[in-house]
Amino acid sequence: MGSHSIADKVAIVSMGCTKFGEHWDKSLDDLIVDACFQAFNEIEINKDAIDAFWLGTAQSGMSGITLARPLQISNKPVTRVENYCTSGSEALRAACYAVASGAYDIAMAVGAEKVKDSGYQGLNAFPIPGDGTQRTLTAAAMFSMVAPAYCNKYGVSLDEMSQVLAHISVKNHANGARNPRAQFQKEITPEIVLGSPRVAGTLGVFDCAGVADGAACAIVVRAQDAFQYTDKPIFIKSLSFAAGSGSGLIDPNYDYTHFPECEKAANDAYNQAGITDPRSQLMMAEVHDCFTPTELVLMEDLGFAPRGSAWKEVLGGTFDLDGELPINPDGGLKSFGHPVGASGLRMMFECWLQLRGQALESRQIVSDRKLAMTHNLGGYPGEMVSFVSIVGKELTA
Amino acid sequence: MRGIIRYSSYLPHWKLPREEIRTFFGTGGGSGTRSVAGHDEDTTTMAVEALRPLLYKTQPSNSATSQSPKSSDWHSYVGAVDDVYFSTTNPAYLDKTNASAIHCALSLDTHCGSYDLCGGLRSGIGTLKLALTSTSHNPVLVAISDIRNGLPTSSDESLGGDGACGFLIGEESDNNPVLAELLGSYSISDEFLDRWREPSSSTGKTWEERFGEFRYLEIGTQAFDFACKKFELTPDKIDRLITTGMHTRAVAAVVKKLGVGKEQIENDRSTIVGQCGSAHPAIILCAALEKAKPFETIALLHLADGADVMFFRTTKAVETYRPLKPLDIQINSLEAISYSKFLSWRSMVDLEPPKRPEPSRTSSSAAWRSRQWKYSLDASVDRKTSSVHMPPSRISYDSGSIDDMDLISKSNSRGKIATFTIDRLAYSPSPPIIFAIIDFEDGGRFPVELTDCLPEQVGIGMEVEMTFRKLGTADGINNYFWKGRLVT
Repeated sequence: MGSHSIADKVAIVSMGCTKFGEHWDKSLDDLIVDACFQAFNEIEINKDAIDAFWLGTAQSGMSGITLARPLQISNKPVTRVENYCTSGSEALRAACYAVASGAYDIAMAVGAEKVKDSGYQGLNAFPIPGDGTQRTLTAAAMFSMVAPAYCNKYGVSLDEMSQVLAHISVKNHANGARNPRAQFQKEITPEIVLGSPRVAGTLGVFDCAGVADGAACAIVVRAQDAFQYTDKPIFIKSLSFAAGSGSGLIDPNYDYTHFPECEKAANDAYNQAGITDPRSQLMMAEVHDCFTPTELVLMEDLGFAPRGSAWKEVLGGTFDLDGELPINPDGGLKSFGHPVGASGLRMMFECWLQLRGQALESRQIVSDRKLAMTHNLGGYPGEMVSFVSIVGKELTA
Repeated sequence: MRGIIRYSSYLPHWKLPREEIRTFFGTGGGSGTRSVAGHDEDTTTMAVEALRPLLYKTQPSNSATSQSPKSSDWHSYVGAVDDVYFSTTNPAYLDKTNASAIHCALSLDTHCGSYDLCGGLRSGIGTLKLALTSTSHNPVLVAISDIRNGLPTSSDESLGGDGACGFLIGEESDNNPVLAELLGSYSISDEFLDRWREPSSSTGKTWEERFGEFRYLEIGTQAFDFACKKFELTPDKIDRLITTGMHTRAVAAVVKKLGVGKEQIENDRSTIVGQCGSAHPAIILCAALEKAKPFETIALLHLADGADVMFFRTTKAVETYRPLKPLDIQINSLEAISYSKFLSWRSMVDLEPPKRPEPSRTSSSAAWRSRQWKYSLDASVDRKTSSVHMPPSRISYDSGSIDDMDLISKSNSRGKIATFTIDRLAYSPSPPIIFAIIDFEDGGRFPVELTDCLPEQVGIGMEVEMTFRKLGTADGINNYFWKGRLVT
């Protein structure tokens, strides 16, 4: 296999993240400036210190100019990347590879999205001229097909499934209630989830990620240079990516109870980082909980629970903040909303805080584990891209 | 011998109980029902649905229908077609030929004419006559399709109907015997104004009813009498008489004067179906042929800006062919919709759309490139592994081979629902969208919108067949594609 680890070659030395929410009073440029200057100021560097930039945004702007103009970066390599909802993670991946290759000394990954200016509900794809036969379903509808398929395969009743999905929603909102950057900072009850208006299939409003504007960023350098910038850098242990061929949409063997792209990306990431038992080795994981059934299935795809058992683990509290493996301790997409290009770096921001012991005390995970994970997906069941990263607070001896 | 080789009628899935109109407005309506085209149907898609059964290369399996014919009763037509004639008073496009979309959806050879013969309420019967009297070498396909509108509470609204029918007409051959030949026809033209509609309007207007009755009574009886004399028939020799026309009062008056017994008169089904405009006479002709015995004489009299009489004689072969879905079976399975739904489907009231962007217009060039997918529902099938790719793909998802596939149409394939969802947020002309993952019995998976059903009627494992529909319209461009429909 041609995938090689860049473990311990690159470190994140500073990060920034705006509050996520309906920023009616902030433009995309404002969000970018706010996030980036958090990161610059934290390590007291000037933007001119950065050698190369990558901006992940799905549809808030085109080209590197979308970043270069608001930051007034003159004549440097600035590139916009897009890969569905993993756009922010792709910016980080590019910046890390650039540093690992030796091409640049210091690089920056920025993810930003202005969603709330569209005037429509939910996320809406930029229309590309076509033959008119493409599906126009919402993401909620595409992911809603997972829940009944999972129930059918593993003999879970629809009532039990409602409780499982409600637990995921309640847990993520509880975590978000302990995070001043989250869009929603209120705890909710299972009754609120179950009583919310239906959006698609059995999914209600509280099964869906919110819709928010936001930006986040990371500055990366060679690992050996990291301590020049901070006492507590975090180190890249693995970066993996898998794009599906879309065959799940045409292959009758695909059963909508798992996401092969995510499983593939996770296994690659574990190999790169030398992880053999993620459930016992990871301190936490930020996963792409765009809808509650997505998080459920990911617990199995990412190797945190055997196939067909994640629903019991969810109910048992395994993935709660005080559970065996806290999932989405920052509140996840559920509490943060999903400014598409920013989400991947927002997930990394939580790893940054947790590994450095800087999360709010009410949600800081106390653990002797030293690794954290982000998982980011884009697309739909059957036709998906998936990103996984592992970061650690120490260099491997 | 030239004549009708195949025929088929198509009624949409829905009907409106006329009393709902009175409940809603306190006036209008009446008793009975009328047929109602779905929000995703227009006269083009209904014409495709009417013609499809005539061309089935193999008979679709009918495990779910007890009324299905035995396979020995079924003959498919797979020969060449010279022309496609399409007639309606309610064309989806002007200037652009609608028959070419029908031609493409039927996967017909490109070396074939396709023509719209549209406009007046007389155009349907004229098209049928043209096809029956033409000298084409190979058979022609005729589709007559209509969607009838009226202003709320008008009699056009309550008495109109939506329906279509299709015919394969040509010279007899060994495999394709003529079922009924045209003995002869007789027509009268008379310039008077009974009903009219401006091209930009979906609803028409009528003159005082009595004047039209006066004209039709004279020319209707005259045409019938002259026709009988010309073809040496007497009313008692007619086994079935079909009389149609939008002026229902005049039609009733004329029938009484023809000297034909009540038992000879074919029920026009208008109590349940309504009057399907220019398609109606030919739809009722289908109903008559469905029951006809060999060597019957069927007379058809249509009153529209004149009078047309056609005499048909069934052949020995008439009983060897029966449509897959006879008209009365379709009538019995019509499902009622509310008047409010009807009004919104007809754009008589505009409902608040979901707060989602409307789909952008279909690219003409992209649609042309993918016409075999978009219109014929052609999939590509890997020659080695038989894996099915929808839409067609150059590279196989399982074998990885390149450009080693055959195109086959899945439009007549059936499948089962693997999973499904109801999308209450996505944009649709009639929310919510019901969407299912269909796995075909003969291979392949197709994620597709379902139509002609309600959310509570859908379940995993149900059987689905394909139907040609209009997904929407943007910038005046109709986006045609296939949807799934529950097999009932």
